[in-house]
Amino acid sequence: MDLGTIVTIFDSSLRLSIPLLAACLAGLWSERSGVVDIGLEGKMLVAAFAAAAASYAFGSAWIGLFAGIGASIVFALIHGFASISQRGNQIVSGVAINMLAAGLTAIVGNAWYGQGGRTPPLEGEQRFGDVILGHSALVYIVLLAVPLTWFVLGRTRFGLRLRAVGENPAAVDTAGISVTGLRYAAVVIGGVLCGFAGAYLSVGQSAGFLPNMTAGKGFIALAALIFAKWRAWPALGACFLFGLLDAVAIRLQGIALPGIGEVPVQAIQALPYLMTVILLAGVIGTAIPPRASGIPYVKER
Amino acid sequence: MSAPIDLPKWADTVVVPALSVVAAFLVAGLVVLGIGENPLTATRVLLQGSLGTGEGLGFTLFYMTDFIFVGLAVAVAFHAGLFNIGGEGQATLAGLGVALVLNNLTFLPGFLLIPLGILGAAAFGAAWAAIPGYLQAKRGSHIVITTIMFNWLASVLIVYLLVNVLREPQSMNPETRAFPEQSYIPFMHEALGAFGIQVPPSQLNLTLFLALAAAYGVWLLIYRSRLGYAIRVVGANPTAAVYAGISPARIIIIAMVISGALAGGLAVNELMGYQHRLLLEFTAGYGFVGIAVALMGRAHPVGIILASLLFGILYQGGAELAFEQPAITRDMVVVIGGIIILFAGALDGLFRRLVAQAMTRSRLARA
Repeated sequence: MDLGTIVTIFDSSLRLSIPLLAACLAGLWSERSGVVDIGLEGKMLVAAFAAAAASYAFGSAWIGLFAGIGASIVFALIHGFASISQRGNQIVSGVAINMLAAGLTAIVGNAWYGQGGRTPPLEGEQRFGDVILGHSALVYIVLLAVPLTWFVLGRTRFGLRLRAVGENPAAVDTAGISVTGLRYAAVVIGGVLCGFAGAYLSVGQSAGFLPNMTAGKGFIALAALIFAKWRAWPALGACFLFGLLDAVAIRLQGIALPGIGEVPVQAIQALPYLMTVILLAGVIGTAIPPRASGIPYVKER
Repeated sequence: MSAPIDLPKWADTVVVPALSVVAAFLVAGLVVLGIGENPLTATRVLLQGSLGTGEGLGFTLFYMTDFIFVGLAVAVAFHAGLFNIGGEGQATLAGLGVALVLNNLTFLPGFLLIPLGILGAAAFGAAWAAIPGYLQAKRGSHIVITTIMFNWLASVLIVYLLVNVLREPQSMNPETRAFPEQSYIPFMHEALGAFGIQVPPSQLNLTLFLALAAAYGVWLLIYRSRLGYAIRVVGANPTAAVYAGISPARIIIIAMVISGALAGGLAVNELMGYQHRLLLEFTAGYGFVGIAVALMGRAHPVGIILASLLFGILYQGGAELAFEQPAITRDMVVVIGGIIILFAGALDGLFRRLVAQAMTRSRLARA
């Protein structure tokens, strides 16, 4: 393998890991505050659709990005209302978000453009062009979100409180800080990050929206989050690893490896899921979620 | 949840789900308005297409059969306090079980092959659910995450097998060869025709009776058996279960095995009853509809049958609607399913509180 191949694989791994990374950080913020989020997939999907639609209508990828973030925040707030204000089941709410997103984007896309749910192809200013080293601005923004997440969660008062809410909300409440407010803040930040993930898919990586274009990336991000044990820098590593697997799977298609023969693409595709299951089973290390995640907070009466 | 809202049983089992369905339809109506169509016309087309003709009714009942199985699967796990999102994967594996049994035992007569095919479906579905169950019970890995991962593993596995192993050499499509003819579960119009009763042909087959029997079986299991009692105790309070001499780990695995076997019924209806071969994505997201069905039916078999009928109407009517008004695609049903899950599941407390308030107010007004 020569240097050129390695650079190409690195490049495509990075490209493929960016949406995973944004969604993974979204899940990190939400779950660190105690709100389990299996609706990452759905939020990415609405963001991808809104971004492509707005970018097509206004001819600007940046307006598309903001529309995507907006749509994703709306869905994040639905999830927040159900799981924080109404103390509903967070898993159920996440499933609902995913179904709503899949159905709504397909219907509205079909009604607006009549192309089986696709948006018209985007070109020129409607897409994020490459700025540095063949990558678009979105790539660098998402990469910047890693140190930012690490710093805010680990080194600021807001971050400390947010993490405390995910471990022991009663203690935070006793200190006179709003559990509800902190959790909503975390959920909205998650919405913003999912917005980046979705916009990157439809306006950065591809030229337009396709029905169900997230194709399980939200769940791979969830797997990466568990792999990273809910921490920012490891999240970068896990997402890059899963992106690399994806890039290698694409590259190995139809190529016979010496001694092994042709590796089926599906075997590589299965690896993130399989590794997560094995990790969760405690065979290689342990993954312990924030203690209060998934549990609605009820004040003492 | 932790704030108990006291409601009489009738209000809890009838009024609250009914309210969430009404709310779901109102929101769906708004979506239809939003894309510039008339919701009332849409409703008329939907009902006419699903119940108005004998053929439409047949298709409605065919979909209902699917939903009864997946709804029961989610419900049994619910009673044990487990959230099985893995219906899709379990049904997919069940399809593999059906294909392996039917295409390898082609020499058997139908009266042996059909039950064996059903057992194959149940066994493979159960096995695919048993692993997450075991991991939850013994290793503490969260069942929601593992069943999600197992859904994806199942879809990757089935693609690999259909493309590389099970596909017929001449065929371009990723699907197995057709099952032997004696293994087809008879269509309802054929079965009734044999008795001289004429019904219009549709995909509806005798698996419907298997689904209804499964619903009765689940009722017996959950509400009338020792095991069912143990399942409900573990679901309500695992700590108390230990003091009552029940092993939560054992019950969790058993409940997941039953749940997975029930999800396998989807493969029986779709593959043995209609498609007569194993093909990609025959589960079509029905596993997730099962969650809506179970939530709406309050995890009770009678409720599940009613909720399945509603979703059967939506799926069949939705297909007709997409044909008549191309702007309203069948994805509308997915939207309605999502809203019902949101309202009947996650926002359940909101509706319960509203009903409780309304009842208190009317009591005060009378006093």
